[in-house]
Amino acid sequence: MTVNRHPPVTDFATDFDHTDPTWVNNPFPIWDELRATCPIAHSDRYGGTWLPVTHEHVSAIAYDTDNFTSRAVVVSEVRPGPLDLPAPIGVAPPITSDPPFHAMARRLLLPAFAPRKVDALEPFTRQLCNDLLDALEGKDIVDAAVEYAQHIPLRVIAKMLGFPTEDADYFRHVIHLILEEGITATEDDDERLVEGQALDAYFDNQIADHVANPRDDLTTFLLEAELDGNNLMHEHVRGTMLLILVAGIDTTWSAIGSALWHLAHNPEDLKRLAAEPDLMPFAIEEMLRAYAPVTMARLVAQDVEIAGCPMKEGDWVLLPFPAANRDPEFFDRADEVIIDREENRHAAFGLGIHRCLGSNLARMELRVAVEEWVKRFPDFELADPSAVTWAAGQVRGPRSIPVRLPGRSS
Amino acid sequence: MRVHVDAEKCQGHNRCYSLAPELFDVDDLGNAVELNDGNVPEGLEHKARLAVANCPEYAITISE
Repeated sequence: MTVNRHPPVTDFATDFDHTDPTWVNNPFPIWDELRATCPIAHSDRYGGTWLPVTHEHVSAIAYDTDNFTSRAVVVSEVRPGPLDLPAPIGVAPPITSDPPFHAMARRLLLPAFAPRKVDALEPFTRQLCNDLLDALEGKDIVDAAVEYAQHIPLRVIAKMLGFPTEDADYFRHVIHLILEEGITATEDDDERLVEGQALDAYFDNQIADHVANPRDDLTTFLLEAELDGNNLMHEHVRGTMLLILVAGIDTTWSAIGSALWHLAHNPEDLKRLAAEPDLMPFAIEEMLRAYAPVTMARLVAQDVEIAGCPMKEGDWVLLPFPAANRDPEFFDRADEVIIDREENRHAAFGLGIHRCLGSNLARMELRVAVEEWVKRFPDFELADPSAVTWAAGQVRGPRSIPVRLPGRSS
Repeated sequence: MRVHVDAEKCQGHNRCYSLAPELFDVDDLGNAVELNDGNVPEGLEHKARLAVANCPEYAITISE
């Protein structure tokens, strides 16, 4: 699957493009080479974009909220315009917010994603995984991404927000538009405008329904929440709903898919994990390190020089946490997946004030999804390695993983 | 041995709480706090070192 409408890249140090098929299929060799030769690359694409690839530079920029704004976090041909909510709020608070507003918007949401709240969703998630696995029983070849991984965060997030589960297909469509098609869309794209209005109308309907029938979910929580004694602006509620849909689904689906893809072609790791379930917490963190799904982005807020690179106000900066996680200066045997790695200071959920709000939820979903799959199918394998496809854009994960489920003797 | 969480640095990754719930708790926002004034009971020294070594924000320190 690719949405690339750009000319192919011939030199990633001077003309990189994260939607180029070479990057989409396997970005690791690109980052390895850049790390050794040109640790911050530049490309004129998207109106000017920088790419740090070392842990040192990625973390320095993540922590520097003075020189880098989060007002836009998905690199595209379109920079935020005058009709978008002004900084420091942004269109999807708090991911698109800067200090000091960011802290207030984030503090409001943190309790809903704290460990104890997330723990309460574990039985639902485990049941969901088992229902999905039941449906795979008796089949020879199944798609672990399409028939399993993608459904888990879709249904968990729909449940959290209190949106109808039947709307899952619509959410998938919206996420694809924003995270993949949106990268190369232009400002006067009518289809994009119409889709945006339809999504606003969908959120408005859900809000009206929750106003009429308040219930114990995140939508009612947002509607009743207060900042400085006032309810949230309508646009703030819609923006946060958008954030939770977009950031909570594709990302976790990608992490689950990557973990299953790894186990499907590394039988020794699969065997060990099935036999030693105590390894699971370490294995999960290692999967998150090695296959971190999310690359973030910033806009340069004011002219600044980083490691000799003259970054200009308005330039994009890609923040590839997956590249930082493979930096051999920072990690021992960085390019190997070591499922019992004990020391693992990975940055899969970002660094600094924008640490992934849903990291506890994502980690729980990933662990439960892998635990239940491995328990049910401890000897599955990749059916056709060449049929595995990867998502293009800033969220990386397999979108199709055909696997063979060996028939079991009864 | 004692552990200490720097509340200014902690961003709520919860790596310490997952690895060593005997030594750390989390508040309502999901940020870490040390239990028992940070005192590490005998036998849990390895877990304390693991918590330090896995914190992405370098928010945890040990004093012997």
